[in-house]
Amino acid sequence: MYKYDQIDQQLVDERVAQYRDQVRRYLAGELSEDEFRPLRLQNGLYIQRHAPMLRIAVPYGMLSSRQLHKLADIATQYDRGYGHFSTRQNLQLNWPKLEDTPDILAELATVEMHAIQTSGNCIRNITTDQFAGVAPDEIIDPRAMAEVMRQWSTFHPEFALLPRKFKIAVSGTKQDRAIVQAHDIGMEFYRDAENKVAIKVWVGGGLGRTPILGTVIREHLEWQHALTYCEAIIRVYNLHGRRDNAYKARIKILAKALGIDEFRKQVEAEWLHLKDSPNTITEAELARVAQHFEAFDYASLPAHDASFDAAITSNAAFAAWAKRSVHPHKTSGYRAVTLSLKPHGKAPGDATSEQMHVIADLAAQYSFGELRVSHEQNLILADVKLSNLFAVWEKARAHGLATPNIGLLTDIICCPGGDFCSLANAKSIPIAQAIQMQFDNLDYLHDIGDIELNISGCMNACGHHHVGHIGILGVDKDGSEWYQVSIGGKQGNDASLATVIGPSFSAEEMPGVVQKLIEVYLKERSDEERFIDTVRRIGVAPFKAHVYATTAPKSEAAHV
Amino acid sequence: MSNLITQNEIVTDDWALVNLPEVDQEVRKQAGKVVLFKLTGENTISAEQIANTQIPATGKTLVPLSVYLARKNEFAPRIAKQEIGIWLATHETLENLTKAEPNLNIFPLIAVYVERFADGRIFSIGNLLRTRYGFNNTLRAFGDVLRDQLFFLKRSGFDSYLIRADRSAEEALQSLKDFSQPYQGAVDDKQPVWRRVNRGQNNVA
Ligand code: HEM
Ligand code: SF4
Repeated sequence: MYKYDQIDQQLVDERVAQYRDQVRRYLAGELSEDEFRPLRLQNGLYIQRHAPMLRIAVPYGMLSSRQLHKLADIATQYDRGYGHFSTRQNLQLNWPKLEDTPDILAELATVEMHAIQTSGNCIRNITTDQFAGVAPDEIIDPRAMAEVMRQWSTFHPEFALLPRKFKIAVSGTKQDRAIVQAHDIGMEFYRDAENKVAIKVWVGGGLGRTPILGTVIREHLEWQHALTYCEAIIRVYNLHGRRDNAYKARIKILAKALGIDEFRKQVEAEWLHLKDSPNTITEAELARVAQHFEAFDYASLPAHDASFDAAITSNAAFAAWAKRSVHPHKTSGYRAVTLSLKPHGKAPGDATSEQMHVIADLAAQYSFGELRVSHEQNLILADVKLSNLFAVWEKARAHGLATPNIGLLTDIICCPGGDFCSLANAKSIPIAQAIQMQFDNLDYLHDIGDIELNISGCMNACGHHHVGHIGILGVDKDGSEWYQVSIGGKQGNDASLATVIGPSFSAEEMPGVVQKLIEVYLKERSDEERFIDTVRRIGVAPFKAHVYATTAPKSEAAHV
Repeated sequence: MSNLITQNEIVTDDWALVNLPEVDQEVRKQAGKVVLFKLTGENTISAEQIANTQIPATGKTLVPLSVYLARKNEFAPRIAKQEIGIWLATHETLENLTKAEPNLNIFPLIAVYVERFADGRIFSIGNLLRTRYGFNNTLRAFGDVLRDQLFFLKRSGFDSYLIRADRSAEEALQSLKDFSQPYQGAVDDKQPVWRRVNRGQNNVA
């Protein structure tokens, strides 16, 4: 993975000093609340229900063992001994003290980490596929470009205070795993007819209050122009995006208001001036960065391993885990492994300091000292030998990291919700826990098969409920918490937004409602059909009919 | 003491700022230009306001863009004396200015007013004035200008900053040096760091 040189290190060190002084000025009363807000947000510091929340950047989800050990230590020393991995591949601490945050950032800087631009109205952490570099279906490893873009976007002076936050995702696979269509800019790298690396650029996607999938603004962009083209897009947005209403300030609203053709015209006009300017990426610079992402020194191994095959046949629990948690790898004899941060009954995405140490050790011992965070809020060891999978499983299982539910109903994406977040309409973590307990039978879970259930505590959609096969949204009605259910959302190349099935439900009703949805699916599915396929084939109506026919009408139409 | 920083030094401000006369009606300035000009064609400044704006007869005078455009002939003799500068707010379009004055260097000073700290349009405006429209003279930011914007303002082509009256310009000077080797090319240094220094020889920290 990318290693800092003196220039990178100096920059984060200078950031710590700058932020330390900002906190000092704030505490001394030299900065008002309003003046401090944009400054702290650009360092990932939110002020939440109980305490501040600090969001630490994990650029495109890559972590080293050393970094994860440090994060675990920070969570122990400055927080309550756990952290929360987020859908944007970052790590959040829920209980730090404001006064400690400069020290936390200083600690992070010692392991080449920071919290720069993890919040605020600026270009945020650039996200990508958690299997980048190892996925068999990968055409281009997007990580070097993601790093080039990370550097370019860090303290970009022109885009330091945008109308609203700005999220970029990149991907280099046929099967999109980075939800590029749900980002302000999405970039899909591919090889063009001349076998050169090119980019398909999407713009104006986003979830939140007004969920919109992105539109293609350019089918073919030579990779050298990635930065200048983004500059053209973001300049048009910076100048013309709405600043009077935070809910209408995202680029998606501008692109819709102008229409994609007019928006494209303005971007292209701007780009004429920026194209070939010095921010054009050179072969040499890309190569310098790319060498950090070169393939590891893999052993040459046969495609099969006898000990692994034996363990699969003799140990049903291991086999169940392997079926869900082990993913193909480019290199013969290697696999990627997902460690589940979704044990039933715990807050999805949380990891204790102890677990983080265990995972860091596993990565050091079995996976070249690196790991990744997935936007599904799990951790990935990307380069494990087949022959080591059993050992990894045993150790992971001993620490609650091997729930065999990856991609299943209880692998829930869930935002912090009302337990932590001051914007919430309703709690989301207890709903996730209740559903996990309802479906605690593993055989049943495996029978239900691939399904994504996403929960957000309000329409800001941090839990991606719009693209969940089942989406749950917390709504507020006269001060009490209700949940609106939608189905048919999907991420990926054939992304779609979910349809609301009807009036909302109370918290106690929720596990039963999910149960009902599953019943319809199990009854209606044809061979090999996943939940989402069945919904797409038969539509929302049968689900709706079953759920509302049998659910006592505690809920009422007013709660839609 | 003066709160004006120009070229990294605190200097006295010898420009008289001319404001438009106040009006009662609400002016929708915070909205993006799309809303104001492209979609609704709404105008924020009335002809009456422009006509009623009082301009000092002599000395270095900083005139609102709208007034300058409407009453351009009045200013011609003083332009020759290098004593007319113009100022605009972040929601105003540069195209109106550059259509009327293809050569911006007739102005010794252009100032951009930022009403709220968080309004980052000022950075794009600075960039365009310098790189697209070739303005080479003093470019000033004023309004809600606090030290934590200065580094970005400098990189976006500004070289003069009128720090908000209740804050110390002396302290603000520090922030011009917040970062010693920024990553990307910008107005003040067009080269991104990888063209500026040989990072190949700069291995692991
Ligand atoms: C508890 C503190 C949090 C607060 C106050 C917060 C606030 C917000 C707000 C206001 C939005 C809507 C922005 C908009 O649409 O313009 C949003 C969107 C989002 N947040 Fe959070 N969030 C928090 C935690 C999280 C966490 C823990 C995650 C990851 C699990 C997350 C991931 C996201 C994502 C993916 C979006 C959707 C982005 C989009 O609209 O495209 N947030 N957040
Ligand atoms: S979706 Fe709403 S409740 Fe959940 S974290 Fe985001 S802002 Fe908070």
